Amino acid sequence: MTPDTPHAPAQASVLKNLDAVRAMIKRHKLNDYIFSLIGLLALMLALMTLMTLFIDLIMDGYQRFNLQFFSDFPSRRAEHAGLLSAWVGSALVMLVTFIVAVPMGVAAGLYLEEYAPKNWFSDLIEINVTNLAGVPSIVYGLLALGLFVYILDLGQSILTAGLTLGLLILPIVIVSTRESIRAIPTAIREAGYAVGATKWQVVHDHVLKYSYGGILTGVIIGMARALGESAPIITIGALTFIAFLPPSPITDVAPFINFEWLSSGFTVLPIQMFNWLSRPDQAFHINAAATGAIIIVVTLLMNGTAIYLRYKIRKNIKW
Amino acid sequence: MNNATTPIKAESRNLNFFYNGGMHALKNVNMPLYENKITALIGPSGCGKSTFLRCFNRMHDLYPGNKYQGEIVMHPDNTNILEHGVDPIEVRMRISMVFQKPNPFPKSIYENVAYGLRVRGESNKRMLDDKVEEALKGAAIWNEVKDRLQDLAFNLSGGQQQRLCIARALATDPEIMLFDEPTSALDPIATANIEELMSELKEKLTILVVTHNMQQAARVSDYTAYMYLGELMEYADTNTIFTRPSRKETEDYITGKFG
Amino acid sequence: MNMATTVLNQSFKNAISPRLAKNVRRNIKERVIEFILMIAALSAVATTLSIVAVLLYESLSFFKTVSIVDFFTDTQWTPLFEDAHYGIMPLVSGTLTTSAVALAVAIPIGTITAIYLSEFASHKTRETVKPILELLVGVPTIVFGYFALLFLTPILQKAFPDLPGFNMLSAGIVMGIMIVPYIASVAEDAMRAVPMSMREGSYAMGATRFQTALRVVTPAAISGIVAAYILGISRAVGETMVVAVAAGQQPIVSFNPMESAATITAYIVQVALGDLPHGSIGYQSIFAAGLVLMAMTLCFNILGHVIRKKYREYY
Repeated sequence: MTPDTPHAPAQASVLKNLDAVRAMIKRHKLNDYIFSLIGLLALMLALMTLMTLFIDLIMDGYQRFNLQFFSDFPSRRAEHAGLLSAWVGSALVMLVTFIVAVPMGVAAGLYLEEYAPKNWFSDLIEINVTNLAGVPSIVYGLLALGLFVYILDLGQSILTAGLTLGLLILPIVIVSTRESIRAIPTAIREAGYAVGATKWQVVHDHVLKYSYGGILTGVIIGMARALGESAPIITIGALTFIAFLPPSPITDVAPFINFEWLSSGFTVLPIQMFNWLSRPDQAFHINAAATGAIIIVVTLLMNGTAIYLRYKIRKNIKW
Repeated sequence: MNNATTPIKAESRNLNFFYNGGMHALKNVNMPLYENKITALIGPSGCGKSTFLRCFNRMHDLYPGNKYQGEIVMHPDNTNILEHGVDPIEVRMRISMVFQKPNPFPKSIYENVAYGLRVRGESNKRMLDDKVEEALKGAAIWNEVKDRLQDLAFNLSGGQQQRLCIARALATDPEIMLFDEPTSALDPIATANIEELMSELKEKLTILVVTHNMQQAARVSDYTAYMYLGELMEYADTNTIFTRPSRKETEDYITGKFG
Repeated sequence: MNMATTVLNQSFKNAISPRLAKNVRRNIKERVIEFILMIAALSAVATTLSIVAVLLYESLSFFKTVSIVDFFTDTQWTPLFEDAHYGIMPLVSGTLTTSAVALAVAIPIGTITAIYLSEFASHKTRETVKPILELLVGVPTIVFGYFALLFLTPILQKAFPDLPGFNMLSAGIVMGIMIVPYIASVAEDAMRAVPMSMREGSYAMGATRFQTALRVVTPAAISGIVAAYILGISRAVGETMVVAVAAGQQPIVSFNPMESAATITAYIVQVALGDLPHGSIGYQSIFAAGLVLMAMTLCFNILGHVIRKKYREYY
């Protein structure tokens, strides 16, 4: 295994061809530079599109930015057509979505992280959660139509919509719950058990308490998603001209709360935008643009809050 | 052995180094690297030996905020490789490195070794085949892999991967090879293989090795430098350092009074 | 809870000490809680089963009327006409064409963005851009539909005067831009996960950032990058609003993006907007179409899973 070269050190190939090597390095660094420009361009493209989109909506729809737009019902005349039924409907549907998705999602996340033994059963549940996250939203709409509207006879109502969207965002809530719980070090749990706490006490007083920030982040992102979803709601059907409001949940007669609104017809913001957009009449496109701008602002605010919240949590927590 | 006839391949002159944030990690280090000799750097954790090593191939440039002060001059061309106008890429083509934990690329054995050549624009298959074979032989691993050059490098054992990394570093005919604790992640047999390899390699090039293992330094190197808290405490030929160190600090470290 | 306490107290009065009795009560409470949580977790399984059940149930009825052979070979999809045809090919071709256009836009831009963010951009840039990418992911698709129909199509028509008002090109391009943040985000995460030691090995050989990114980091992260692509494909195939608004309503077999065509998702929307009696063949047709859609996305998800396992990370 002795080398064949003579005792004198081998002249480095670099020193021998210094000029050629330097020229080649220069070429490669040029490629480097060109790619970094292309990369920056690609990045800008992605970001600028959002900007352009938003500005376009505002420019097209600014005529409708007045208080009337929010307090008018849809109408056959574009100038008088407003968002009242849409944003009230959105609010009510999101309420049901929240009630469906959050308790169930957090509970499921808790179970998977704290209680589930490592066997085929919990693997099955995990596979399902991952799979559901990848199911197109319109398929949830088909589920709602076949199961909720007809088989369970819940009708084309706010309840159905809330259930559907709740199932849609369930994977989001479950995954964010799991991730927040995972971030809590085992040492804290062990400290709890060491003083004699039961499993539920440890989970409730420690795990949940420290992870609720992360869970909240996931819930906000899920709700923002629910606000903007239109495909499943369209599939439920009967969203033609909604010029009425669902019955109020609060009444002035005992027992002061009723649930009639759950079975009411309704519309939501993205659907209203879709309706207006689908009309050939240009005037309604202005309404659609205005609605679009509003939807973007609300969803961006919600998502922005969630991202900011997560950033703050990561910074502040020092285990 | 410290005589005027042994040529110096490179030397640091008043080298200071500051990490991002201001930590003064190297303090006025003046040290020669004699040509075709192995120089070992020893010292306790945090003494700056790896920091010093990584100055030679400008590794610190990869992380923003680091500052060099002073010079590292290479001979015979008398270039200060730390100078602003000198391209780190050119420096790295003359000085290569073997890392503590073997880090082969997710490629075949052949392609790992050929990487340095391809990066230099070499694409002639005959040339590549020859150089790869030469490098693998030089790293004493040719016989073990010659029939499976297209296998993924990850399938090799730890010791083999490290020898592969040595072959990779060797393939481009570097003038200096830097070894950063090359055997700390390997078993004793693999360690012995690599130490033997280093002794052979010095015939062709100059070697600077950082090691946590004093016995290794004593076995393998011609010159040894003892560093402590960023300063070069003592530098001499290996024999002298380990038998008649002139400073008490060196003696304390070598006799294990602290580590 | 009081009743149970009393009963338990009675039964255990003479048998065991009060302290142990309390333990039993606590254990029962713990078990009940665990059971409730488990039921909640099963909701995921229940949802999947329900989806499959509903789709199969209605599709089975559908296939009593329509032969499977016709379904897959007929080149016309006109379930609501007098002379009804039930070939799924037109809808599938619409879906594939719009998705292909979308991916032709999203994969290059997404990958380049990911490489740039991971290997070239400064720490500050990355920390600023990543949250913005996440925000982009949250923009509702109906808004992109508006953009395709009323902003992009008129512009494209200036370049291609023969372009119809509803076309697959405009919808596809906008879908692509919509998917870029997904691909960029996942691919970038995969590249960031490649250990620095591997990059150092490359730089130590005298490679530039571009050479390192292309020859070392990308191959090392390839399984994550492919997963990102599969995610993008799934997203494109399942997208509804952009194509429903901008691509067209006529099912035709065409792979020419300059034409107007309906996708599977657009058809379902079209039917849902109308008034179809429950149980009619038209009603059932949307479930059959939905079943095909599910099958397609399921295939892609499984493919992604298999590829990830095959090219698992080696570090």
